[in-house]
Amino acid sequence: MSQDIEVKLIGLSKTFGEVRALNNFSLEMKKGEMVALLGPSGCGKTTALRALAGLQALDSGKIFIHDEDITDLPTSKRNMGMVFQSYSLFPHMSALENVEYGLKMRFRKVSSTDREKRSKELLDLVDLASHMDHYPHQLSGGQQQRIALARALAISPNVLLLDEPLSALDARVRSQLRDEIRRIQLEVGITTLFVTHDQEEALGVADRVGVMKKGVLEQIAAPAELYDRPATSFVAEFVGLTNPIEGEVRNGRIGILGQDIEVLPGSVTLGKAIALIRPESISLSKDSLPTAQVVSVSFLGSMLRVVLKLDGGSLITSQLPSSENLNYQVGEKVSVRIVPAPVFAKAL
Amino acid sequence: MGQIMKNITRVSIWRWTIIAFVGAYLLIPVFAMLEFSTRGAPGERSTEAWLAIPTFPKLLSSISTSLQLAFIVIFLVVFVLVPTMIWVHLRLPNLRRYMELVCLLPLTIPAIVIVVGIAPTYRALYQVFGSSPLTLSFVYFVLILPYSYRSISASLLSIDSHTLSEASRSLGASTIRMISGVIVPNIKVGIMSGAVISIALVLGEFTISNLLNFETMQVVINLLGKRDAATSVAVSLAALVFAFILLAILPTANKTRSSKLKTKRKVEAATK
Repeated sequence: MSQDIEVKLIGLSKTFGEVRALNNFSLEMKKGEMVALLGPSGCGKTTALRALAGLQALDSGKIFIHDEDITDLPTSKRNMGMVFQSYSLFPHMSALENVEYGLKMRFRKVSSTDREKRSKELLDLVDLASHMDHYPHQLSGGQQQRIALARALAISPNVLLLDEPLSALDARVRSQLRDEIRRIQLEVGITTLFVTHDQEEALGVADRVGVMKKGVLEQIAAPAELYDRPATSFVAEFVGLTNPIEGEVRNGRIGILGQDIEVLPGSVTLGKAIALIRPESISLSKDSLPTAQVVSVSFLGSMLRVVLKLDGGSLITSQLPSSENLNYQVGEKVSVRIVPAPVFAKAL
Repeated sequence: MGQIMKNITRVSIWRWTIIAFVGAYLLIPVFAMLEFSTRGAPGERSTEAWLAIPTFPKLLSSISTSLQLAFIVIFLVVFVLVPTMIWVHLRLPNLRRYMELVCLLPLTIPAIVIVVGIAPTYRALYQVFGSSPLTLSFVYFVLILPYSYRSISASLLSIDSHTLSEASRSLGASTIRMISGVIVPNIKVGIMSGAVISIALVLGEFTISNLLNFETMQVVINLLGKRDAATSVAVSLAALVFAFILLAILPTANKTRSSKLKTKRKVEAATK
């Protein structure tokens, strides 16, 4: 096994009754890397994380950390730091005692002074040293999750596991904490598995994002690659928005709206297909022959969303810089052009 | 404004009327017991009945027996019922309904039926444990199950015990340390309520111990009542006060820890 690989999950399978939560799921994580698992509810992403933590027994498969097989190791001996979706701080302990807890459990010979010193360092890292005597009920949701992060990091875990840690928070706190998690992860240099159903979260913080569907890892890649070069129609449609436009594939290209666009590997290779076009890949102009009519224009701050009716009758959405706000009016005829970047074409 | 004030006054009057009524309902019998047990010569108060308590040889030993029984039952609640309930709650949730059913069953069976049912079992118990009245703790443990189960179960359901246990285990705690260090402190109020109810039940239980011919506090008070009513009432009142004290201690348990932490920080700040 490569020295670079810290975590290796091989062929994990788990069935709950009729549902296959994990279906021969495999994943490798490099040292210091943050991998996000993204997918809809029930796709198996949390099961994979819980299997790595030892909280979920598997039907089959192997888990390695530093080349050591930990498949049958109990949770308490795996040395994984975990932050849960629901607030998991121990209610009867102060913030400092919560952070100290793991150190007490794992390193019994460490003196209480050293333990307290280390815990205060971690609270400092999450910028909550001034709240060390507060009990969980005296802290906000965001503060509780930051303390939970400090508690998970205190034991110097092999891997940090984040199970939708931001989903219970409001949008503003979520965005702040997301950036803070990434800052701390890079500062500590810890290998991290981040499970989420929020694509913005996943694409925003992870080095690589794995998209899951029905227990299978559909694609794992860097965020930009995942967005620009989806390997399956599910990935293309789940990550970001797409406009389905019918065309014909021939010689690795699809003909749509009078243009010939290259198709991505994994697409339909011949015949009629549906091209999945990103809204920002659709540009508008008034110079050439009109091919669509503006149905609605929505101003979204940094961008403009324009819904268009093609001559064939189908509706598509274009995303433009908001500086073009006054250029297009409802009912106006416009010419639609697609940015000539490779697109995914799925079967009809 | 005037209407609002009128409404507030009306609500306040109702509230105080209810409180006064309930207070009188509960306290008048207690004062009556105190009055009766301290009644001396006409127009005088006397502590004779209270001072006579230690002079009845069986009374002190029966109080001791009842207290020992209460502590054994609490021990069984804390070390048998609580871990079993936590285990079932966390690992065998499908069994929870059945456990609840079994634990609530004693509530539906009259004490006399229980005695008839367990008498043969007690004959076998005598052979193993002798005829010590402390063997009553087994049947008392069964009797208090509905009350202890309810209060502990309510506490368990009020916390996210699954996440807390998983967090604890991921931080390196063994199952025993997870239960004792994380779950139990968070259901402490439920356990203590269960324990207090258990003590009250054990100290007040009469039917089973009397029918099985064991001399517990209530059995002896009953005998005493036939000979010396005032002392019998004094002992009953003392038992009641003991239960009140336990209930009063209950809410202070959490505050003590919190104030200890504040004191620790104050000391640290002062020494810096």
